[in-house]
Amino acid sequence: MIRHAGLRALQGLLVLLFASFAIYMLLGAMPGDPVDLMASGNPNITPADIQRLRELHGVDRPIVERYGEWLGALLRGDLGYSRMFARPVLETLAPYLANTAALMLAAFALALALGLPLGLLAAARRGSLVDAAINGFAFLSAAIPTFWLGLLLIVVFSVVLGWLPASALPPPGEDGFLARAQALILPVATLAVVEAGEYARHMRAAAREALAQDWIRTARAKGASELRVLFGHVLRNALVPVATVAALGFGGLFSGALVTETIFAYPGMGKLIYDAVMASDFNLALACLLMAALLVVAANFAADVVHALLDPRVGAARGGPAP
Amino acid sequence: MRRATAAAALLLSALAGVLPASAQPRDTLTIAITQFPSTLHPMIDAMAAKTYVLGMARRPLTTYDKDWKLVCLLCVDLPTFENGGARRVALGDGKEGVEVVFRLDPRAKWGDGTPVTATDAILAWDVGRHPRSGVASGEGYRRILKVEARDAHTVAFTQDRVTFTYNDFSQYELLPAHIERARFEADPENYRRRTAFDTEPATPGLFNGPYRIVQVQPGASITLEPNPAWGGTKPHFRRIVVRTIENSAALEANLLSGSVDYVAGELGFTLDQALALEKRQRARFDFTYVPSLLYEHVDLNLDVPAFKDLRVRRALLLAADRAGLVRQLFEGRQPVARSFVNPRDSVYAADVPEVPFDPDRARALLDEAGYAAGPDGIRRNAAGERLSFEFGTTSGNRIRETVQQALQANWRRVGVEARIRNEPARVWFGETLRKRRFQLAMYAWFSAPESVPRTTLHSESIPTEANAWAGQNQPGIADAETDAMIDALERELDPAARRPIWAKLQARYAEQAWVLPLYYRADPFVIPKWLAGIEPTGHQYYSTLRIEHWRPR
Repeated sequence: MIRHAGLRALQGLLVLLFASFAIYMLLGAMPGDPVDLMASGNPNITPADIQRLRELHGVDRPIVERYGEWLGALLRGDLGYSRMFARPVLETLAPYLANTAALMLAAFALALALGLPLGLLAAARRGSLVDAAINGFAFLSAAIPTFWLGLLLIVVFSVVLGWLPASALPPPGEDGFLARAQALILPVATLAVVEAGEYARHMRAAAREALAQDWIRTARAKGASELRVLFGHVLRNALVPVATVAALGFGGLFSGALVTETIFAYPGMGKLIYDAVMASDFNLALACLLMAALLVVAANFAADVVHALLDPRVGAARGGPAP
Repeated sequence: MRRATAAAALLLSALAGVLPASAQPRDTLTIAITQFPSTLHPMIDAMAAKTYVLGMARRPLTTYDKDWKLVCLLCVDLPTFENGGARRVALGDGKEGVEVVFRLDPRAKWGDGTPVTATDAILAWDVGRHPRSGVASGEGYRRILKVEARDAHTVAFTQDRVTFTYNDFSQYELLPAHIERARFEADPENYRRRTAFDTEPATPGLFNGPYRIVQVQPGASITLEPNPAWGGTKPHFRRIVVRTIENSAALEANLLSGSVDYVAGELGFTLDQALALEKRQRARFDFTYVPSLLYEHVDLNLDVPAFKDLRVRRALLLAADRAGLVRQLFEGRQPVARSFVNPRDSVYAADVPEVPFDPDRARALLDEAGYAAGPDGIRRNAAGERLSFEFGTTSGNRIRETVQQALQANWRRVGVEARIRNEPARVWFGETLRKRRFQLAMYAWFSAPESVPRTTLHSESIPTEANAWAGQNQPGIADAETDAMIDALERELDPAARRPIWAKLQARYAEQAWVLPLYYRADPFVIPKWLAGIEPTGHQYYSTLRIEHWRPR
């Protein structure tokens, strides 16, 4: 198990290294560099200004040379400066990352808490009205665009009922824990509802497959209660494919978060990535995109580990003791 | 997605229309804008959001007021040749410059109580002209040859040329030397990373306006409180929160739910959104539409052979139903443009002839130019070259895309094909437009009152690879007559003598149709009924420069 985890971690590092190179090259290949953007918005800029700014921001050198320099600095723990924010990248990134982490973790937890029991219930009540309702919810949540759901929740809970704020951050000076939690309810619900439907759908399918297995019939024949069958036998087996879907979905929340962040005026990573790419802030964009890649790699790694924990055959097949 | 968002906004607005406005504490004002300033340093990078916020907290030496007149803000009186505040000086080599002497307002203090003095003006010059300080446009500072402190509150600037803008220091921002001098001198190259404006933006001594920044939530909000050292009219609000909400539907939701009090006219709703909102929310808000110096137009790339023919250019203008477009899309709130000069500008020439919508005349001109209708309805010349052009603008800008489609249909009717090819703003402005890789380009210029169009119309401002694509003469206008008028305008100090030159320049521009003028964009101000004192300017010196006069009715 430890060897397996170590191998996966090493693969993850190689993926990140390759991703950093690919992202750097792609950013460099985009039309218009930071100085082009400055010049396009400033009628008074002179050719001498342009040359001076190119040298100052280092965009007059070959991109491979710049990447090498960036990688060297990274190994020394320096992610560079954000040109857009005129601050160190790490310092710029930290509050946005914290905001997105709070949003994603809360949404992920809520989505799991809603989706897994609903999927299990639908499988257990196969063909019933409950099954149809849960199925309907699952398909509806997959069909509703995130931005539409967000706006709908704002209309109902902020504009019409006035119960919750329309923004995901409380006003400065009123930003205690409770106010922050209250402000996060709508964006978390927006993200969670969409994900919960997907988890419910996968859980339902996996649980239905598990329920059809011989060992479930054996468990019932041995007199196990329906609850014990569901939670003691079906859940654990059904979780194996669902864990993979959930782990990958966690990475997917990042892209969903961009839309949610925009609708709820929430300064998070999604918006930061967009702004950094649009402003050709290479250092910041690279750090943000690598963070996203790291998240996906970490989620895959977690999925592998969870998979191995839930299904002992996985570890055995990858070098564990032979049965 | 944008259309769906707009539909959601309509739903939201309709539902909210029946609700009472929530009660707001009137000593706090929450303003929403659509961008977050990337830096708060007044000289590094030009950005509308920064200008808007700093308008509350800082004062430049001069500005243009709501009537588009140059006035003093940080100075006691505007120096002129007439009042002896300015004089011509010999620079050697037969050249002449101007020395202009500003007397700083003795009441002006930085937020920590330190007086604003000539040393602050000198630091701004040192930073601005330093080649590696990170100031995007150093040209304005480099044109100043010398800055001299006559006494603590008197500062003399010697400029390297004589132009009528000699006393316009609206973009000259003083820097607090007692905070910034040491940071700059320690490492000028890294000053942009070390400046207190970005590393410690809540430092009181950075601000000399009625408010000072007390808190910055990156990407989300900036909080301001009254500056105790401010010597002018006492501002009313105990606290102002400027929040960034980029999505237009969310902007409306926040306004209607009471999460924000006011959406900045200069950086908020689009015109169509405000017009729709007005129909439902007249009871809660006052709606004001101020035609601004944002001049929307279509550039013709004069390197395209067909556009070298004046008849083709004029035909495109005659075939464009600009009045109908403004009436139908903007309910007439944005005036049709005759040239690049706004009718509110003192140098506007009212006698520049209006070009009517006349498709028959357009067809006749195209016939005359040798373009006859082909089997597909598109005209072509004797060599078989079709009158078919790529027509670009910023993708995702709903208003521009609608206007573009209307123009495409107009031109199609006279046998001209416009193939729409839009790009994201970043690519469009950073690459395609800047490097003149377009045929027809729709976008806007923003300028100050009586702004000489050197960078947009003078032949020396045509972007080329040789000049690193500097300049904004994107059509590639190379007209000796226009160049001469621009040169003459800059040198002429007498406003009365400039007027006929301005009139001739506008007439030449309209007659040559190098650029198709569309309309002057209007800033929609949606002001809550309880809020008074907001004076929309319509130019780049925003209403926040008079924020001390904003108060509840």
